[in-house]
Amino acid sequence: MSVLLYMIAAALGLAILALAGFLWALRSGQFEDPAGAAWRALNDEDHPARE
Amino acid sequence: MSVVAAGCPSRLTPPETGSVASNPAPFVTERGGRSALDIVVRGASCGGCLAKIEKAVGQLDGVQSARLNLSNGRLHVEWIGKLDPRRITDTLTGLGYGAAALDPGNPDKTYARTERRLLIALVVAGLATVNVMVVAEPLWFSPDVDAATRTLFHWLSALIAIPASAFCGLPFFESAISSLQRGRLNMDVPISLAVILAIGLSVYETIRGGEHAYFDASVMLLFFLLIGRFLDARLRRRAYAAANALAAMQTSSVTRIDGKGAAEAVKASDIKPGEILLLTAGERLAVDAEVIGGESDIDQRLVTGEVEPVASFQGQTLHAGAINLSGALRVRALAPASRSLMADVSRLLEAGEQKKSAYRRIADKAAEAYVPQVHAAALLAFIGWLLFGATVEHAAFVAITVLIITCPCAIGLAAPLVQVVAAGRLFQRGVFLASGDALERIATADHVIFDKTGTLTLGDPVLVSGYSPGDLELAARLARASRHPFSRAIVAAAGTGSIAASIKEHPGRGVSGMIDGRLARLGSVDFVGAGAGHSSELWFAIEGSAPVCFRFEDRIRPDAAATVRRLQQMGLSVELLSGDGHERVGAAAAEAGITVWTAAAAPMSKAAHLEELQTRGRRVLMVGDGLNDAAALAGAHASIAPGGAVDVSRLASDCVFSGETLAAVADVITIARQARSRMRENFAFAALYNFVAIPVALAGWATPLVAAAAMSASSAVVTLNALRLSGAGTPGDPR
Repeated sequence: MSVLLYMIAAALGLAILALAGFLWALRSGQFEDPAGAAWRALNDEDHPARE
Repeated sequence: MSVVAAGCPSRLTPPETGSVASNPAPFVTERGGRSALDIVVRGASCGGCLAKIEKAVGQLDGVQSARLNLSNGRLHVEWIGKLDPRRITDTLTGLGYGAAALDPGNPDKTYARTERRLLIALVVAGLATVNVMVVAEPLWFSPDVDAATRTLFHWLSALIAIPASAFCGLPFFESAISSLQRGRLNMDVPISLAVILAIGLSVYETIRGGEHAYFDASVMLLFFLLIGRFLDARLRRRAYAAANALAAMQTSSVTRIDGKGAAEAVKASDIKPGEILLLTAGERLAVDAEVIGGESDIDQRLVTGEVEPVASFQGQTLHAGAINLSGALRVRALAPASRSLMADVSRLLEAGEQKKSAYRRIADKAAEAYVPQVHAAALLAFIGWLLFGATVEHAAFVAITVLIITCPCAIGLAAPLVQVVAAGRLFQRGVFLASGDALERIATADHVIFDKTGTLTLGDPVLVSGYSPGDLELAARLARASRHPFSRAIVAAAGTGSIAASIKEHPGRGVSGMIDGRLARLGSVDFVGAGAGHSSELWFAIEGSAPVCFRFEDRIRPDAAATVRRLQQMGLSVELLSGDGHERVGAAAAEAGITVWTAAAAPMSKAAHLEELQTRGRRVLMVGDGLNDAAALAGAHASIAPGGAVDVSRLASDCVFSGETLAAVADVITIARQARSRMRENFAFAALYNFVAIPVALAGWATPLVAAAAMSASSAVVTLNALRLSGAGTPGDPR
């Protein structure tokens, strides 16, 4: 039975990790300009945003 | 400057011509020695534009960063030192894009915050749902598990579900409370009740060591509801951002000349009557004013609908929205910006908007009728089961099941999803929808009124054939230095090339310059000295040759006749209503195949005609672009404006189409009608679902989890039905 508890803890941990990843992506502005990001991938001269 | 193709390098989006200059200086923000400016860029649509714009602006002195957001068309520039912000906008217009500084005091931050908050809540609810299910679901399939393990698993569910529900439910709880404070019931009241009761009773059961807990039902419910809320918020924010960008295109800065004769750029809203303003060539007037010095041509097309510019004269009263074409003018402000003609029209728009808001939020209206019945049903179930001898817990669980199963999810999703899918499909065709509920109105329109100039026609004069290519090339060398619409038509026909030497503009008359050592003139018939002529002609003369004449016409859109026919086949009646003269309106009507037409209609009579039609029960779709159409656009049942329309008209319209074809008007109606049937199907399905589900829940045959699953399934059906709209082929599909 205790193995189930480990599984549940692991699942919860993964969920929290996923949530943290999502919040990081949101904070760093990765959802701000989906259209531009798609085009920038094709652009040879693009440089990361200087903030 | 080297010759670079104007506008989008892909050539799929036409370059923005005739962009109006406005000094962005008042909108620069300073922080820690760094200056920053946000600019709305029009006409940028691909990676090529992105690279071109960022590279050119990045090369200006002191620019630290220039980043264009292609999703909302905004360029953020930061620089150090004394860079004249005007050079940034000039660079953009030089590249062939429209540019206007965005007022930092005009933010869409609240919309962005709401959307962001809902997105976070949605993700949290999704993750919580998955995890609660992992914990809770095994219990449903193992009935012989011992009580201690069961309680432990219930507590684990509670550990995830309670914080998640508290966080994700906040948008609903807040809305429910504010609705109750106003003494009304909205959708969020039963949602909040269902969530709180389900959690509360589950906790009670768990403490008691009972068999069933329904934590999974509450988070799943919130997850599905949040999908609908998020999509709705996103559509609203996009509509607002687009409206904001359009507002930025209106002149909002002016050059004021103070008592000592020094010029200074200020916000238009700071101008007081009596102040002296400098209006340079290419600038748009922000306030009503009187000419006190200088000579120029004025383009009043946006104000009066007349295509041909007029020469300015001392003491002439100019309305806000007029564009100065050739020479610099000194004007005295007559009214503050808030009392100018533009502002009057804006107020008319607001009045019209309020009339339209009756259609807003169909879902909320449905909820108002629906919610009390849900509450009554749940209460009846509770009392009924108690009367028939059930325990309080059992009666409460039946009541919660009723609340969850009847949760207005399908109704909540029915409209916004269809609107999002339809808006996306229209967007692909270059049609921008200002609000989701506009579809409902466009779908029910039965009468279409077109404006002529700029709507049925292309709006900009086009050179009529009958000239020699050699003359055109020579004339273009002069025309490239002028902003006059006729000059622009010549340049459009001749393409890029060189400019004549020692160019001189003669306001109200024409342009002169030296070509190969010979004096050349381009302008009115008197200016060139060619004898008698007509006002819609432009004459060109070069020393040693006879003057040549260029003629122009306002050409009808290529597919106008086909579109009118298509509209008539769709059962709509078509009418032409224009402020232009009888002869031209009649000719355009004949060419487009419109039999009912009115010429020389003043703005107010346009609005009155519309009002009259609507009191007779017609539902009018107005298609127009000028300032003179704005009141009619706002007052109409539904309205569409072309991309070249004056800003207030675009703001007043339900949707805006870009490009040269008029087919978009018919496309919009077709898609709106399809969207309307999808919405009706969705509402019908939701009603049917409730009709079946409520008795089942009342009878106590469903548990809260089954209720949540049934509710989710009904939402899925509604979603899939909405998506059907994106695939369906329509007649007149451009691809």
